[in-house]
Amino acid sequence: MRDHFIQRLTSLVQRDPNILLITGDLGFAVFDDFRKDYPDNFINVGVAEQEMIGLATGLALEGKTTFTYSIANFATLRCLEQIRNDAAYHGANVNVVCIGGGFSYGPLGISHHATEDLTILRSIPDITVVAPCGYWETMEATEAIVKIKGTCYLRLDKSAGADKPHNDNEIFQIGKARKIREGSDCTIIVTGGILEEVLLAYETLTSEGISTRILNMHTIKPIDESAIMTACAETGAIITVEEHTVYGGLGGSVAEVLMYSNTVPKKFLCIGLEAGFSSIVGSQAYLRQHYRLDASSIAERVRSLLKG
Amino acid sequence: MSAAKELAKKVRIHALKMANSGGAAHTGSSFSIADILAVLYTDILQKNSQDPNDDQRDRFVLSKGHAAAVLYATLAETGFFPINKLSTHYQDGSDLCGHASHRGIPGVEVSTGSLGHGLNLATGMALAAKIDQKKHRIFTLLSDGECDEGSTWEAVLFAAHHHLDNLIAIIDYNKIQSLDTVADTLALEPFADKWRSFGWQVHEVDGHNHHQLQSELSSVPLEPECPSVIICHTVKGKGVSFMENTVLWHYRIPKGDEYVTALKELEDQ
Repeated sequence: MRDHFIQRLTSLVQRDPNILLITGDLGFAVFDDFRKDYPDNFINVGVAEQEMIGLATGLALEGKTTFTYSIANFATLRCLEQIRNDAAYHGANVNVVCIGGGFSYGPLGISHHATEDLTILRSIPDITVVAPCGYWETMEATEAIVKIKGTCYLRLDKSAGADKPHNDNEIFQIGKARKIREGSDCTIIVTGGILEEVLLAYETLTSEGISTRILNMHTIKPIDESAIMTACAETGAIITVEEHTVYGGLGGSVAEVLMYSNTVPKKFLCIGLEAGFSSIVGSQAYLRQHYRLDASSIAERVRSLLKG
Repeated sequence: MSAAKELAKKVRIHALKMANSGGAAHTGSSFSIADILAVLYTDILQKNSQDPNDDQRDRFVLSKGHAAAVLYATLAETGFFPINKLSTHYQDGSDLCGHASHRGIPGVEVSTGSLGHGLNLATGMALAAKIDQKKHRIFTLLSDGECDEGSTWEAVLFAAHHHLDNLIAIIDYNKIQSLDTVADTLALEPFADKWRSFGWQVHEVDGHNHHQLQSELSSVPLEPECPSVIICHTVKGKGVSFMENTVLWHYRIPKGDEYVTALKELEDQ
């Protein structure tokens, strides 16, 4: 996803020289062309994430459109107070980009597991939170957040689901869920690259005669309430899938929407990380399997839910 | 009495009254910077209170946001908003928060209150001015305790690396933190040398001597291509005899006889 992010950002900078990319000394090889072609739009602040957000906010308050870039939790938790007090409270045009959502950097250990960021970021007022599922959404989201004058969080992933637009005219809209597959027995609401597992689970469930809708919730905040309520009304069962803690992220957001709107699903399940910290070595695929977030586990859990 | 002296006296009196009526702390921290703000807003900053967002204005970031009372009082006295609004400070429903908040308050450039944010924001403003080839300056006032924060030193590194000579840090070096002296909390000395070794131009002044303040703050940048820092040696609680140089008045709220005595001392100056 990061290549697609930088690809679209490059084309945006061509049109708007006011856009600045600020990295916390990460993005090896990814930014080579950008740096070469747009040296005035690229700042490496060094390993200094608090400065990265403070600087970006100061620049944004003077009219710049800023993108900050780092990996996993360095992009967010290390400088969380700067994101809250500086960027968000001032409504500054700071787009916080994290590469490494979920277990993207699985083998590197818990320091590199971004598994609570959605919950934490969405709780901060005046922030838009976006987690694209694939390449098309990454590019479209990059462009879309430039148009939002306030603070945004863009969570990128090393995995990606097939997210080709339905047709040439499809428009990506912040806060508007995308129906990836139609179905009537249940709806899986998913965010991020783990869509790839959900699509495989869909094939299994379909072959077993379970008609499954897939709703891709690329925007966690503001969340598409009407799509959730409609899915609940039309399919009865709601399952959320995220490579992230089950506490307060996508699943929590969907549960809030349903409970506040008195739209009670017949069945409800949040699939995400339920265990504590992961201290085992594992690739993204391995850790998904280990924590029952892979396609086969998702299919099995949906199947059990609907039977129960 | 010079305009700056008169302003310093007025803002101390306002700050004392605001602390008393609101039950607010940080009187000592406010008094130590009253002279610095008075000189800045009288003689140094290019600002227009009738057009607070004028693009050519000098930016002022109060990084030590806990001394907001003095900033609000200075802004009110220099015409950014009505003086009678000061009486709402710290009161329920008011937007004059205990720590500096920009929302709804003309002239407050940014919101602060958590230490170790202001210099970072100022580096962004300074870099933006460089990119856009604008001539205004960015002044930011830090506390000494704030120099315990690692984020402050991230900004110190950045400013020197990027030759931000339009950035001026002012340190309120009153040498007292919230629980103890700086020396007994987390020693900063040799303080000036630390800044120099990070690539800044450093001058030291008596932070209550208006002539020195005017002279130094008018001489920035101290050297082209370098950020400047003016270390102001100040007295915490300056202006009220029993508040001066005491840890107690970081948090103590002026009430009763203490308030009456303090007010009289300030009015008699």
